[in-house]
Amino acid sequence: MYTTELQKTGKIENLEDPQLLDAFEARVAADEFIEPKDWMPEAYRRTLTRQISQHAHSEIVGMLPEGNWITRAPSLRRKAILLAKVQDEAGHGLYLYCAAETLGTSREQMVEALHSGKAKYSTIFNYPTLTWADIGAIGWLVDGAAIMNQVPLQRTSYGPYARAMVRICKEESFHQRQGYEIMIAMANGTPEQKRMAQDALDRWWWPSLMMFGPPDENSPNTAQSMRWRIKRDTNDELRQKFVDVTVPQAEFLGLTVPDPDLAWNEEKGGYDFGEIDWEEFYAVVRGEGPVAKERMKARREAWDDGAWVREAADAHEAKRKQRKAA
Amino acid sequence: MSSDWPLWEVFVRSKGGLAHRHVGSVHAPDAELALAHARDTYTRRLEGVSLWVVPSAEIVASDPDQAGELFEPAESKIYRHPTFYDIPDEVKHI
Repeated sequence: MYTTELQKTGKIENLEDPQLLDAFEARVAADEFIEPKDWMPEAYRRTLTRQISQHAHSEIVGMLPEGNWITRAPSLRRKAILLAKVQDEAGHGLYLYCAAETLGTSREQMVEALHSGKAKYSTIFNYPTLTWADIGAIGWLVDGAAIMNQVPLQRTSYGPYARAMVRICKEESFHQRQGYEIMIAMANGTPEQKRMAQDALDRWWWPSLMMFGPPDENSPNTAQSMRWRIKRDTNDELRQKFVDVTVPQAEFLGLTVPDPDLAWNEEKGGYDFGEIDWEEFYAVVRGEGPVAKERMKARREAWDDGAWVREAADAHEAKRKQRKAA
Repeated sequence: MSSDWPLWEVFVRSKGGLAHRHVGSVHAPDAELALAHARDTYTRRLEGVSLWVVPSAEIVASDPDQAGELFEPAESKIYRHPTFYDIPDEVKHI
């Protein structure tokens, strides 16, 4: 899973030593990697901390819509697969928290920011998973969009982030394929199953396109992020790529993409597609998504309910130390 | 006879962007000398752009005798691999 940078603090200003800044810009322009102990502009550190932690939060919150279906998966095979996928998402969250920590923000601060509602995560997880077909659509579309976003990030300029992305991308392919396999089964099943598949595509198509973030003309820090190689492609470029590879996959399933304006454009060698409802996107970013409150409540409850485990582990370690000292 | 200096494990980043990799160890009385020895022992031919040294005694390792039980659960879960899923050849980019 992935989220584009959602929280913006206005225009980023550089109030740095110009010599250090020039040297940094030259390194990044030469496609060198920046490592935790290297000098970096504060704005670079802040932007990355925000982006990596939001990405981590998205992995963690992303477990909820799918975890919701583990007990109801239609066979033992599907249950084992879904369990493994949700487990992967937890792992991805941990890789990313580790990468973010190298920038000087503690795990505790990040978790606190998520639970207090201060930190953002991908808008996609604030939509409900109503039927089993949604689990197929999430793997196919949501993980597909995530892969589209994450593949170029394997060459992002911050070393620990890039290396986390390499590991994540390697694991992500199974997520998309298991989802598409569910869609194949549903689309070729009973008429009712096919209807469920179409309904899932109808509900997840537009939110998946929104995963790439606001349009380029409304993404004021894109230029700086591209120059610093934090981003390697713009939101609109990645969105176009996603549409171009996904539409034929929908056609193969015999499903209809819910966009009357969708049409192949021979000249540009890609699809034209309809206007995205950006009002809905910004409302979900503000925390008004259909199940935003439920997600945060589940997250906080999981944290609070796990408190005794963390305390017990600490108590055990304290006792062991005491015994060792004695 | 004096005892050996403590052992330090050495990790080298071979080039920018790659992770540090374990290459071996050195004996040294302190961290600073451990770095110096590591440089002389393991990077005489431009093997790296960054070095880490970690006191060997601080490394906690899994028990090789337990490796079977420890890693078996991953062995049986072949559905974690993308090739487990049958996707028709005509479907591209997936």
